[in-house]
Amino acid sequence: MDITAMPALTLARMIKEKKISAVEITKEQLKMIKLREPLYHAYITVAEEEALAQAKEIQMRIDAGELADSPLAGVPMAVKDNICTKDIKTTCASKMLSDFVPSYDATVMERLKQAGAIILGKTNMDEFAMGGTTEKSYFGPSGNPWNTTHVPGGSSGGSACAVAAEEAFYALGTDTGGSIRQPSGYCGITGIKPTYGTLSRYGLIAYASSLDQIGPMGRNVSDCAVILEIIAGHDPKDSTSLNRQDKDFGNALVGDVKGMRIGIPKAYLRESIDHEVYESILNAVKIFEKKGAIVEEFDLETIEYALPAYYVIACAEASSNLARFDGVKYGYQTMQFEDLQDLYQKSRREGFGSEVKRRIMIGSLVLSSDYYEKYYKKALKVRSLIKQSFLKAFDQYDLLLGPTSPRTAPKLGENAKEILKAYQSDMNTVSVNLAGLPALSLPCGMAKNGLPIGLQLIGKHFGEKDIIRAAYSLEQTVGYVRPTTLLNEVGKEDLL
Amino acid sequence: MKTYETVIGLEVHVELSTKTKIFCSCSTEFGGEPNTQCCPVCTGMPGTLPVLNKQAVEYAIAAGLALHCEITRYCKFDRKNYFYPDLPKAYQISQLYLPICRNGYVTIRSKNGKKTIGIHEIHMEEDAGKLIHADAGDCTWIDFNRCGVPLIEIVSKPDMRSTEEVIAYLEELKRTFQYLGISDCKMQEGSFRVDINLSVREAGAKELGVRTEMKNLNSFKAIARAIESESKRQISLLENGVQIIQETRRWDDSKEISIAMRSKEDVRDYRYFPEPDIPPLCIHEEWISEIRNRQPELANEKVERYQKQFGIPAYDAAILTSDKYLAEIFEDTVALCGKPKEVSNWIMVEVMRLLKEYEMEAAQIRFTPMQLANLIAMLDSGKINRPVAKEVFEQIFKENVDPEEYVALHGLGMVSDDSVLRSVIEKIIHDNKQSVSDYRSGKAKAFGFLVGQTMKEMKGKADPTKVNKILKELLDQKEYT
Repeated sequence: MDITAMPALTLARMIKEKKISAVEITKEQLKMIKLREPLYHAYITVAEEEALAQAKEIQMRIDAGELADSPLAGVPMAVKDNICTKDIKTTCASKMLSDFVPSYDATVMERLKQAGAIILGKTNMDEFAMGGTTEKSYFGPSGNPWNTTHVPGGSSGGSACAVAAEEAFYALGTDTGGSIRQPSGYCGITGIKPTYGTLSRYGLIAYASSLDQIGPMGRNVSDCAVILEIIAGHDPKDSTSLNRQDKDFGNALVGDVKGMRIGIPKAYLRESIDHEVYESILNAVKIFEKKGAIVEEFDLETIEYALPAYYVIACAEASSNLARFDGVKYGYQTMQFEDLQDLYQKSRREGFGSEVKRRIMIGSLVLSSDYYEKYYKKALKVRSLIKQSFLKAFDQYDLLLGPTSPRTAPKLGENAKEILKAYQSDMNTVSVNLAGLPALSLPCGMAKNGLPIGLQLIGKHFGEKDIIRAAYSLEQTVGYVRPTTLLNEVGKEDLL
Repeated sequence: MKTYETVIGLEVHVELSTKTKIFCSCSTEFGGEPNTQCCPVCTGMPGTLPVLNKQAVEYAIAAGLALHCEITRYCKFDRKNYFYPDLPKAYQISQLYLPICRNGYVTIRSKNGKKTIGIHEIHMEEDAGKLIHADAGDCTWIDFNRCGVPLIEIVSKPDMRSTEEVIAYLEELKRTFQYLGISDCKMQEGSFRVDINLSVREAGAKELGVRTEMKNLNSFKAIARAIESESKRQISLLENGVQIIQETRRWDDSKEISIAMRSKEDVRDYRYFPEPDIPPLCIHEEWISEIRNRQPELANEKVERYQKQFGIPAYDAAILTSDKYLAEIFEDTVALCGKPKEVSNWIMVEVMRLLKEYEMEAAQIRFTPMQLANLIAMLDSGKINRPVAKEVFEQIFKENVDPEEYVALHGLGMVSDDSVLRSVIEKIIHDNKQSVSDYRSGKAKAFGFLVGQTMKEMKGKADPTKVNKILKELLDQKEYT
């Protein structure tokens, strides 16, 4: 087996046991990146020198016995390019920030560095996390490791791609309306969007502040649980981060769902869902039942309004969050301008891509005094109703289940033709962000077209342990599958 | 011509004197080198987040309590969105929907007696940076030091009717905030900024007229001039049958005119919405009581106490407490010398005169209560007489001299020796025969002249009581001619 195909925790153990050094594995991983990037384009920036320097430093710390308690010390990983990394370019996949180098680390990066993570580089994404295919990147799309004519999903498509293509042992993504879970599903990996407030957003370049959360993406549930444990926690720099006492997520890795009550919102299995996806979900349900869980369908009220409410709220916040990119202080500035107004208009017109501009315009409209009540305020009401509806459901169920997306990964270019259809594919994921709930996507089968199918588990607030436990149980039966393309790779032997 | 009434409401921005900014830990100190007091948070760098300064909230609550406001138990912040280079996030974190304080009032005293001015609300917000336009070329620099300095905006109801009331209201706000220690309220440094909403209407009318908002008022004098000018402008428009346009105007104090900036038609839509990065603030009763209990004695309370405790007349007490620093000097000096009326007289007469003469504010006073107390003690014990004391005080005020050293150095000690005084007075009587006979023929004025001559001869250092006594004695001796 390729060493780069190993789960992160397994690799970390090998490093601890001195079977391989952090430097050796980093070099090996960088080789793989060089080999595979032309095909997949998972990264915007590969920080080769920095990664090697870090690997040396971390190996020294490991040798000095400093990182004995750190379960992922020395493991190379990737970071979505909207999470600030000190001295490493952070572009948000936008022309606007194509040369932006932060002078500070996001809090999650500080925590990972403290825990001995090696940062390989910054992964591709839809510009400012707006999109579900990674095609909206200023730097061009990424390919799905299962079939490069398909998208890896998005917006954390580069992170999902890097993990599935074994160009990183794990990655950080961000999830505003499904941006961790949907690409995880499309690429056949596992990703967790934690309860809102579980970790610090400091250093995450905001898309929609009240919905954004960072989360782990990995090749199995255990890796994700352990990564989440490292990055979770209160941060004095983020007032919306909580001081959770129950963040020992690793302790939830038990293969037992006996007596667990699982609800399936009927809307998640509606007619528009792809038949193979439907079959695959039913198969997972059978596995859960066989393991002793009680599964039933139920009506999740008001869920049909989640999508419009999501787009109103997310766009409103985005229009404000992205206003700071004005060509004055940092980022892209137009070459020639007449006056201040001209500087603003040209810099923003030239610096932002079409999807970003679309959402800024929607957001500006719904916040304008004429439409505030009609759209924004109504969306807030819907949001609160959806939250209530979930709370009611959790009176009866320990967790909810459904497909992460109604279909497998679309072909490159397919979504660009139908914007509304593209927005609709977020149907199952956005309600989770509106309610601030934790959710996880993990692979539950393969479609005939050779693409993986993702299953979403939704927990109650602070219910990460429930979904981790259920996911871990399912994983025991379903298991992780390597993309077939990696097995048939040409030219790899020359490198190894 | 009809008679008109001017209706005025004020928006006052006050910079809070917290050590650090409202959403980060940068210093708020005034006058630093440009861009040395800023960080990724206050310069709005991508990914950074605001964290609310507790002290700023406490200061805002303190202001609200002092102005008799209701404190909003569940208050929130909102984003006010607009593009301008001094606003690095392109939105200002402010409060629109649930401001921290509401429905208060201020009591002012003007020549028409007491009046209550309503406070609509006090909200918290962050200050913007400063644009510095280069002298040459078309270049503008941005200084972010002021970005994120905490502000409260006090919005009054349209309850004022004259310049006098406006000034009295502003003086009261300024005095209250200085007493609370929540702001230095320095207009020239921009820590106390006033916008005027003004309309006129026919006397007796119930409806309010169309108002204009006046900005860029840098002194009380400018405010007074702007109010006069804008009232006249609006009245003359109405007299000529021209409708007043709701607009924002900029006051140019050097030309004494205002210029329209923007009208209601092109008013900005700020697209306010709840700030998602700051959780709602729950202000519980205990916190408010804690702040209330820490509240220092305010001017009105001091006026009461000075009358009761020191027997000082209300008018004098009002002047002594007109400024926090003045009241501090008064109380500290009294504590040292125990003569409240004497101290009050010195402040009311000499200190006020010198402040006016040198165009100083009480905060700029350099002498210490100890110096004034010592001076009073010297006067009291007869070491110096009153005219000398006044002369010495002027030196204390101007040069911060030590009174005892100064008196010794300049030989200003009072002469009370009977034999010395007697021989000088004898000489004066001898040299001014005409005045002596005038006095004896009943002209009282002549006595004063002779005292003056004696003091002059003694270079002002003679003990005036003794001079009076000896002179009278000698003049009344018939045999003495």
